[in-house]
Amino acid sequence: MTLTHGTIEGTPARVIDARGSFCPGPLMELIRAIREAQVGELIVVQSSDRGSRVDIPKWVEKAGHRLAGIEQGDGFDMIYVEKLH
Amino acid sequence: MERVLIVGGGVGGTIVANLLSRKLKREIDSGQASVTLVDALGNHVYQPGFMYITFGSEREEKLQRPERSLLDQRVELVVGRATRIDEAARTVELDSGASLGYDHLVLATGCRIVPDEIEHFNEEAHHFYTADAARALRKALDAFTGGQIVIGIAGMPYKCPPAPLEVSFLIEAELRRRGLRDKSTVHFCSPIGRAFTIESVSDMATPVLEEKGIELHTFFNVETIDASRKVVQSLEGEELPYDLLVLVPPHRGAQLVIDSGLAPAQGGWLPTDPHTLLVGDRPNVYALGDATNLPLSKAGSTAHFEAPIVAERVAAAVQGREPHAKHGNYTGRVMCFFEIGDGKGTLLRFDYDHPPRPPRPNRVWHLGKVLFNKAYWHTVPRGRV
Repeated sequence: MTLTHGTIEGTPARVIDARGSFCPGPLMELIRAIREAQVGELIVVQSSDRGSRVDIPKWVEKAGHRLAGIEQGDGFDMIYVEKLH
Repeated sequence: MERVLIVGGGVGGTIVANLLSRKLKREIDSGQASVTLVDALGNHVYQPGFMYITFGSEREEKLQRPERSLLDQRVELVVGRATRIDEAARTVELDSGASLGYDHLVLATGCRIVPDEIEHFNEEAHHFYTADAARALRKALDAFTGGQIVIGIAGMPYKCPPAPLEVSFLIEAELRRRGLRDKSTVHFCSPIGRAFTIESVSDMATPVLEEKGIELHTFFNVETIDASRKVVQSLEGEELPYDLLVLVPPHRGAQLVIDSGLAPAQGGWLPTDPHTLLVGDRPNVYALGDATNLPLSKAGSTAHFEAPIVAERVAAAVQGREPHAKHGNYTGRVMCFFEIGDGKGTLLRFDYDHPPRPPRPNRVWHLGKVLFNKAYWHTVPRGRV
């Protein structure tokens, strides 16, 4: 794993495996998880769709949550998001 | 006797049944195989026509035909609601108490709308996913004299992805025709960061939205409707006031496949192999059309192009041969028309590896859609195209 963005602290409470799913699948999975999560919870989305690196941070900013970091795995990204409200 | 059972008499189920009746003609006639289709109503409904009840004076009775009239005589039709699939016993139970056995099962169970999942949806929002709703939207548009029109999407995935954009274009064109455009604002709310999921289609549609003065709101995932204040609110924290609200309702997979444990993930979509269309690791259960979890349009067109693959694979299994390498492998092919308004349209044609490159909108593709709607009954369900 290579950290390409941010600093990740703590262990994600939820892991969304959206590998093999195409845009906007991973984003929609994240939105579903955010709806169910508690404030302060850390969520990680695993996505093999390169578009997620762009779409998910944009959505996180718009929705007022925190992009905790992005790690690059073997053929997929792990995008960490903290629910803020 | 090899028993093929197809659940659902929509586009996918009907084409699979008719193609199998031809591929297995000899086996059916000699009593070695049977093809049975079970459908809750025994009526085949052409759902893409609902939008034209609102925008093209289409009549509901012209959008349905008895399923029996569309099926080859070698296909047995059972009218009844399937309530449970017993995989161990290889049976499908019906609400009548009857039970149908199978050796090969094809799930063409479609999807359903669940507007109740959003409070006040039924009182406040219009849609076009049933004939009644399409008529109600027509009435609401007739009564509209100017104001804020908000068109949005209250859950993904949903049937016919271009439909909300098409509806926005058609409403805008109608407002201009009726001299109401200056008194109205049209808002289109997209759940993602652009106008449409597929980038090339978004690139085509965004300038059309701008040209027509339709306001695009991205990352607007409809969360709640505040009926007292007449505003629709997004998960992202925005709200838009409306005088006329048009929302795609949330969609879910069929209750049958959820209750039977075949679609355990949220949403109730069947976990389907993108190429073989087999469900999970089952060797004899197939899914097609709206019922699957595939990253494709939920549309009759998808079912139309998946049906020959399912028919080839089922026929091969019945005949004890390998499926044809090409004809038994789905490549994600989909083709559909896209209305732009003002008598113009374009065409979306794509597969898993090739995104669509929509031609510049023109009258030809609009007329193509009109002709396709008329020719549908004589071509598609019978597996002729």
